[in-house]
Amino acid sequence: MSETSAPFWDATRDRRLVIQWCTACDAPVWFPRDVCLGCLGDALEWRAASGRGEVYAFTVENKPAMPTPFGDEPYVVALVELAEGPRLMTNVVGCPPQSVTVGMPVQVTWEELSDGRNLPLFEPA
Amino acid sequence: MRGAAALVGVADIASPTGELDTHGRALEVAMVGAALADAGLTLADVDGVCHPMSSMLFAEYLGVHPCFTDSTMTGGSSFEVHLEHAAAAIAAGLCDVVIDVYASTPRSDRGRQVNRPRPQMMGPNPAIEWEVPFALRQPMGPYALAASRHMAVYGTTSEQLAQIAVSTRHWAAMNPQARFRDPITVDDVLASRMECSPLHLLDCCLVTDGAGAFVMTSAERARDLAKPPVYVLGAGTAHDHSMISQMPDLTTTAGVVSGANAFRMAGIKPDDVDLLMSYDSFTITALLHLEDLGFCAKGEGGAFVETGATAPGGSLPMNTNGGGLSYTHPGMYGMFLITESVKQLRGEAGDRQVDGAEIAIAHGSGGLLSCMSTAVLGTEATL
Ligand SMILES: [Zn+2]
Repeated sequence: MSETSAPFWDATRDRRLVIQWCTACDAPVWFPRDVCLGCLGDALEWRAASGRGEVYAFTVENKPAMPTPFGDEPYVVALVELAEGPRLMTNVVGCPPQSVTVGMPVQVTWEELSDGRNLPLFEPA
Repeated sequence: MRGAAALVGVADIASPTGELDTHGRALEVAMVGAALADAGLTLADVDGVCHPMSSMLFAEYLGVHPCFTDSTMTGGSSFEVHLEHAAAAIAAGLCDVVIDVYASTPRSDRGRQVNRPRPQMMGPNPAIEWEVPFALRQPMGPYALAASRHMAVYGTTSEQLAQIAVSTRHWAAMNPQARFRDPITVDDVLASRMECSPLHLLDCCLVTDGAGAFVMTSAERARDLAKPPVYVLGAGTAHDHSMISQMPDLTTTAGVVSGANAFRMAGIKPDDVDLLMSYDSFTITALLHLEDLGFCAKGEGGAFVETGATAPGGSLPMNTNGGGLSYTHPGMYGMFLITESVKQLRGEAGDRQVDGAEIAIAHGSGGLLSCMSTAVLGTEATL
């Protein structure tokens, strides 16, 4: 976590998904940066995101890369495109991995981390 | 820059066991020595050094004091990028004889106590916050995401991806150095273990030892050397992301840009190409390159490969050494795209020789579909 991204992670403590916006361009900035890529200005603020989006791409992992909360079970890693535009990497949970499809509507759900932050995951909407 | 510089010496080594007897600097120096000997040059002729980790350390080890140096690190495409930079430097008169080298022994290192140097990422790495927590398996995970998207948007099938592995294996059967030479079928690929859906084990490249080197010089000097020169007709490089979550469109790589620029410089069209050496870290990687370089329309890569177009006897010989899928893949495979192109254009490729090959493409892919670098290479007749 950097100084720049701290507001994102702080919001997850309240299970709020926030996205950086440039107020000059009225456009989202993702991933969090110190300037807007459109105008190189720093008129940035954090806005609540809808938490809704759709699966852009996904893969079912059958052999985890590292210890995960999913244990030995297959799990889904996906890119989810938020309604606001940005594309996030995440896990799709709350449904059988085989049922996930590209284009599937999803909404944010949260997984609690040991330090009180929450990780934004997605589930079928 | 077109035709101003030429590849004059190459060397590469891999083995059917997947392991080599030497490693590290000894292997690198052996490759440089062999490539220089191939060219009829010596270390004393070298005034340009490329190395994907550190050209400064490597030049010091060789005792060379270069006036052109390049440590550009773009993963597997590093060697195509070095080739492009070296050709530009030679064309501009900055230097005369450039060497580039690669040696990596991940397979035999398993039984050896070594500190393998790893590609260094300088500066903050946002992936630690925005990707790593979600446990995407590396390196196949990002390619699996691209394959899933391509399938959803264009209807590409697992069978079509598998055909790339099958066609490549047919080429490997004719390369005595290839790790795997026994024929496989589409069913074999589909029956192999599902790694990251939709990619099966046989959709993935190997992990083997391997090494190679090349020597470049000016077209003028090249004509007096030991072997027929292979000219750099065009080159182009482009990257559009580092993290896969930042890739603008998972079905289209920056190869659209690198390829168009390289083809334009060379003054050629896809139809003019006799041989495509295309980085095949995974079957989906090779499929994206076919589309992005213009050998078929976007979305039609599956239908293109399904007919066996890239297999021996097909309209577009691709990865004639057996590729990363069946020949060798030591981690950053781009060097072998260049060495095989040169062998083919010289008519030195033995059983797998492509008849009358005059123009070859070496198309490197580095990072996670991130940095594409395209070299158009040709014989004297193409100048
Ligand atoms: Zn702005």
